[in-house]
Order: sequence, then C-alpha cells, then structure tokens
Amino acid sequence: MRETALKSRHSDLGARLVDFAGWQMPVQYTGILEEAAHVRRYAGLFDLGHMGRVRVRGPQAEAFLQRLQTNDAAKIPAGAIRYALILDADGLTQDDILIYRHPVADEFFLVINAGNTARDLAIMHDTAKGFDVTLLDQTDELGMFAIQGPASQAITQQLTDFDLSSLRYYNWAVTHIAGVAVELSRTGYTGEDGFEVYAPQARTAELWDAFLEAGADHQLRATGLGARDTLRLEAGMPLYGHEIDETTNPLEAGLEFGVKFTHDFTGRTALEQIRQAGGPARRLVGLTTESRRVPRQGYPVSIDGRDVGAILSGAISPTLGRNIATTYLPTELAVSGTPVEFRIRQASEPATVHDLPFYKRPR
Amino acid sequence: MRPTDRKYLKSHEWCLIEGDVATLGITDHAINLLSDLIYLELPDVGAKVKAGEPYGEIESVKSVSDIYSPVTGEVIATNDELVENVMSLAEDAFDRGWMIKVRVEETSPDLLDAKAYEELVQAEGE
Repeated sequence: MRETALKSRHSDLGARLVDFAGWQMPVQYTGILEEAAHVRRYAGLFDLGHMGRVRVRGPQAEAFLQRLQTNDAAKIPAGAIRYALILDADGLTQDDILIYRHPVADEFFLVINAGNTARDLAIMHDTAKGFDVTLLDQTDELGMFAIQGPASQAITQQLTDFDLSSLRYYNWAVTHIAGVAVELSRTGYTGEDGFEVYAPQARTAELWDAFLEAGADHQLRATGLGARDTLRLEAGMPLYGHEIDETTNPLEAGLEFGVKFTHDFTGRTALEQIRQAGGPARRLVGLTTESRRVPRQGYPVSIDGRDVGAILSGAISPTLGRNIATTYLPTELAVSGTPVEFRIRQASEPATVHDLPFYKRPR
Repeated sequence: MRPTDRKYLKSHEWCLIEGDVATLGITDHAINLLSDLIYLELPDVGAKVKAGEPYGEIESVKSVSDIYSPVTGEVIATNDELVENVMSLAEDAFDRGWMIKVRVEETSPDLLDAKAYEELVQAEGE
C-alpha cells in the first residue's frame, strides 16, 4: 500500500485510514458529516497526495494535449487551469483531468485521478509517440494537499507575501508558502473557495503543519476524503467511477464545458455523431429524498415501478439537510421535479429529480 | 475489557443470556467502525431469528450492515426508543443500546467469551 508524505500526521490525528486506489488515505478524523459541515463554515485541510501529477514538456506539448484531451489547450492563458476529459475513440470517458498551463515556462502540468493514473500514463505515452514531447510523472516527488472553505484565503495569506486576492479562480502561481517553494492553484473539489498546494515531497509535512498552525484561529481542521466526497456531490462535481466512467460520454454527463470542438481530440467524431443524432439519450441528474435511507451506488432507480437506471453516488447532505444522489435518466424524464423511487433491498423509497448542483456557494 | 457477563460474535454482536431470554446488541467496536449512525431496522415482536443469520440492519453515513443473531428463537421485545434515536448507540452500546430480546431455543456454536472477543478486536487494530 502506498503512503503519502502526510501519513504520520493522519495517524497522530487519529484518522481512520482506508485503501483508496492503492493508497492509504484518511477517510475521516472525527466524522464525515461534521467535517463536511465544518468546511462549508470555516475551512478544512485535505491530503491529496494520492492524485496523479504529470508534467508535460517539449516543443509539441500543446499539440500533444490537443490530441490527448477535449479542452482547447491552445486557448489556455499562461497561469490558467482548465477542466478536460480523456476519451477513447468511441467518446467514452477514460478520465477527467485538470490542465495547468505554466505561468512562465512553456509547459503544462496535469492532475489526474489516482485510480486512473496507470491507464492515463499508458494513454499519454501512446499518444505521445507522434509528438516531440516529454512526460514526467511527478506523483512521487511532489506532495499535494488542499485548503478549502471560506477562511482559506485569510489562512493562506498569513503564510505568504504573494497577494492571494490577485489569484483568480482556476489560476495558479509559482511562489513560496511558509518558506517552501510551491505551486499554488485556486482550485478544489468542494464547491468552496480554496487552494491546492503542490510542494516537494520532503517538505510537504512541514507545510501541512504550518497551515494547521496558521489556521488554528480560523478553526482550520484536517478533513477526510469522506467529507470531500459529500462536499463534491453537493457541489454537483462528478467523480470518476461514479458519475463518469468507461461507459459514459461527457455530453450525457453535462460536461460540455470541458469539451471544445476546435481541435482534433481522440473521441471527437463519436461525440459529433451523438450531437448530430439530436443529443444524448440520457442525462445525469441529481435526486433528493426525504427518506432517512441513503441512496447508494448500485441501488435500482425506477419510475412508476419500471427500472430506469441506478444510483451513481449518494450521501447525507449536511448542507441541504436531506439525502442526495445522482443517476442517469432518459433525457425526456431528466426534468427537475420528476418523482422517482430508489430501491434499498426490499424497501422502495421516494425521491425527486433535482438539477445539479445541489449547492452553490453564496458570492 | 468489555462486559464479561455476555458472549460475542466475531461480527461484533453481543448477547446477554439470562434464563431463557437473550438480550442482543452490537459492540462499541462495531459502532466505532460504522460511525455516524443514521438508521436502524429491527424485526417485529413475534418474528423468529436464527443464529448466524441477520435479524436487522444498521445504516451509517457510508454503509448498510446486517446485524447477525447469536441465538435462535422468538423476538419478545424490541428497543423502539433506539430505533427512533439510533445516534444514542454511540453513547452506550451495552446497556441502553440493547436491540431485541429473544426467547432462546438455541445458541450459535460460534460464541466468543469477552477475552476471546478482546483478542479479536486487538488483532483488528482497535
């Protein structure tokens, strides 16, 4: 089992560690619901050392990315970040990723899902054959963690001279925090303001400590991946292996914003055919339920007793005070307010279609 | 050390047998593993339970788990207060956290005493 640079910190804090894509990761420190609510109100610190991190360099780095993924790499300004998908030739999703264009250097940085890192690297190396490009897997040499929540900027600003108010959402900077050279992006997976921090592996733990110390007055707490899953679901963000996988395409998943038909990416023809045929036959929707039971991945979803799909993700939402879930529904039924049922063993529980996201932070 | 007056299953249930009546529950260790409890389903009075088979289910934030019976017999009482307030299990697993009472016909051959259960929990890394 692989361990991040912060493993000993989690053990000291009494975290429950679980296997996550081959990594030992903290699922919770005190309790998932309490931790999730805390991030919406104050701030949380999340170890993300398991995520894949790949540097893309070389004269044809941009051309390589145009083939590899769905967003338009040529249009990403220096220091900006874009969401994108890696598809196969049939337009089916192999991974969702973030593309960082370096603020200064002529290179890119990709953040990919832990569970897909090996396959992504294989696809990347295969795609790279036609291009003058160098791929550098930095998953082991870099540590990564996130600070998320309304107090994120106030806490982080205490640790750096860099003016964080100048760093806009989905932009990044190369700077110093607490004396450590870092790459800092205004990104996250919770629906809150916040930053993701990339630092040399050997200095990640001291940086984590510096955040917890600086954040003590702002109630900053270490937060587990369980709460992160609840927060991302409330914010309507897809998780690979749930809302998206090798059987879904980005059009039905509502991810068109990450797909630009301006360049020749793998899977483009398949997506164009879906568009020409009038769009996807099913769509990703949210569900809310007044039931105490939690809709969970795999539970059948039905309308008037007829099975129409299955639950993809489900959680207790501390923010909404109701249980929430996602599912695909035939396009004509994927309308907010449609009553559906989900089945948990013998019991059938009522739920209602809800537009995604469930939660949007007030600005 | 957990109460020595009762027996345990390795799936983290306990039973306290007094005469021909067994009181059933789950251990603090199980509750700690589940965390954030939200839902408890118990059988009705009069239902039959069977040693080694599930008689109820307990749902937490992250999972739904079966609750296994250490005995065979008829349910003669259920803790309805606990069903209404499943969170209170976290405070007292062994007394107020009882789930059902059963008129015992047979006990499971897999019952552990408190010492053996303690060793099991230690081995699991409590």
